[in-house]
Amino acid sequence: MTVIDKIAPEGSKAGERVSPRPTFRHRLSRWDVKVSPYLYIAPFFIVFGIVGLFPLLYTAYVSLFKWKAGDDTPDFIGIDNYKDLFADSQFWNALTNTISIFLLSSVPQMIMAVMLAALLGARLKGATGWRVGILLPYAASLVAIGIIFANLFGPKYGLINGVLQTIGLDPVDWQANRFSSHVAIAIMVNWRWTGYNALIVLAAMQAIPKELHEAALIDGAGMWRRFFSVTLPLLRPTLVFIIITTTIGGLQIFTEPKLFDALPGSNNGGSSNQFQTVTLYLYQSAFENSSLGYASAIAWVLFVIIVVIALANYFLTSRLTRTPAVKKK
Amino acid sequence: MTTTLQSSALRKRVATLGKPRKATYIVLAIFVLGSLFPFYWSFLVASRDNAMLGQRIPPFVPGGNFFANAARVFDTVPFWKALANSVIVSGTVTLTTVLFSSLAGFAFAKLRFRGQNGLFVFIVITLAVPTQLGIIPLFIAMSELGWAGHLQAVIVPNLVTAFGVFWMRQYTVDALPYELIEAARVDGCSMIRIFWSVCMPAVRPAAAILAMFTFMMSWNDFLWPLVVLDAGNPTVQVALEKLQSGYYIDYSLVLAGTTLATIPILIVFVLLGRQIVAGIMQGAVKG
Repeated sequence: MTVIDKIAPEGSKAGERVSPRPTFRHRLSRWDVKVSPYLYIAPFFIVFGIVGLFPLLYTAYVSLFKWKAGDDTPDFIGIDNYKDLFADSQFWNALTNTISIFLLSSVPQMIMAVMLAALLGARLKGATGWRVGILLPYAASLVAIGIIFANLFGPKYGLINGVLQTIGLDPVDWQANRFSSHVAIAIMVNWRWTGYNALIVLAAMQAIPKELHEAALIDGAGMWRRFFSVTLPLLRPTLVFIIITTTIGGLQIFTEPKLFDALPGSNNGGSSNQFQTVTLYLYQSAFENSSLGYASAIAWVLFVIIVVIALANYFLTSRLTRTPAVKKK
Repeated sequence: MTTTLQSSALRKRVATLGKPRKATYIVLAIFVLGSLFPFYWSFLVASRDNAMLGQRIPPFVPGGNFFANAARVFDTVPFWKALANSVIVSGTVTLTTVLFSSLAGFAFAKLRFRGQNGLFVFIVITLAVPTQLGIIPLFIAMSELGWAGHLQAVIVPNLVTAFGVFWMRQYTVDALPYELIEAARVDGCSMIRIFWSVCMPAVRPAAAILAMFTFMMSWNDFLWPLVVLDAGNPTVQVALEKLQSGYYIDYSLVLAGTTLATIPILIVFVLLGRQIVAGIMQGAVKG
């Protein structure tokens, strides 16, 4: 700790001992020690304050106005935007779509990620190669994924329907059918993130002491029993961490549904908004309909929804991590 | 030692714990093929013409039209400009993020100051704040400033991230011994000198990983550039979207653009795959 003290503000005592009256150099040095930390962390707080926190708070202010893009004197209308929003069936539709796509993407993704991690955890030949291989989708931008999968899922000429018909099944209208379109979009999300999450789970799996597995094996536990009674409980904190990050990202999903639309450039999320998400509706309200006030109300409601769900997850995490890692016999 | 039949069999089982079976390789190979396929498909369509898409099961060998289709991409949208813009934006954002994150990480890990813990907790909390939802006031502000349509509108909001600060702080805690800092102090080094000459060399591996991820994230960023930039001065992702939004989607053209836009990141992956994997796995343990 003495080491820390020397570089901390009080630590300049060492310098004072050399000369009783602080010279300019010493004062400069003390000032340097005292002020530098604040200078070093300042860029983050300035940037976050101006482009993160302030806009978020100001969104609440804008949402109280009838504010058209380019307006110099927007009208204050109080909470009317929120009243309209809660009576707006398109908003509820978008919220339902968002949650439906989120569930269809997060649940299978978690299961596949854990499975993949278990496979990658074996003593593979060329371990790094396999890991890079399953991470490849992460290299694709969301726009690229949207375009490629919109083509693959094309209702008339898409490869996936081609394959379905070749093996004697009926083609699926991936665009027009509400549930099918959610499945298609969820597949895009899963394709990009499963490998990434598998690596996170793998890292957590490798942190589990090998002795636990050996002990379980000697006690006669089979492969599945070891997985469910040893591996899975120890993975819980990591899984909940993934769930939280997936929730925050997943509820803001925008690029995939935007590029999936058969009508290029459209923000409708399908001809009857069947796969329009909340962020897509927000974008449409703000930048297609120029209703900045109304869009801000959407943003603020979505923000509250995300915070509530994230907090719920947080309390879940702390509860789960507090329970002993290995359950009593 | 009691070497009964049962215990020797058990020991053998313990020894083979974690040994992959054939099925492991087969399932993994299916996943890797699934990962590769959409990239290959994109290139395949880009290398042929649209007649291919009329066939139920198209041929799976590339045709010879890739360069012709790629050339059409450059005729249809300002793709060179988009590439240059993306390089400028991602390059600048990467440099500043790494620099500012390392500085803040150094301060939080190794210096002592009032409010240190509270401020760090604040940064961790902001990790979970969906700042993307503040785009409307940000757009109003950028319009007022006259920045809409210009690259600084995309660069400035991304100069430094909470994740970067968090990541560098976690690494600096272990990587930089106090003795080194103290020795430099005794030699009369200023704080900034210590940061640059003592801290930076010690945290270089983490800074490199942060640089990679920041570059990829910035290169792939879409919503905010779409809002604030216009079709005449786009980033690569915005140009791709414009390419797709004609009334009739010419897929051999659009997917040629997609392929072109993905190649730089795929090259990064091939060259630095090991480090990227290590970065994600380290982040999981440290986070």
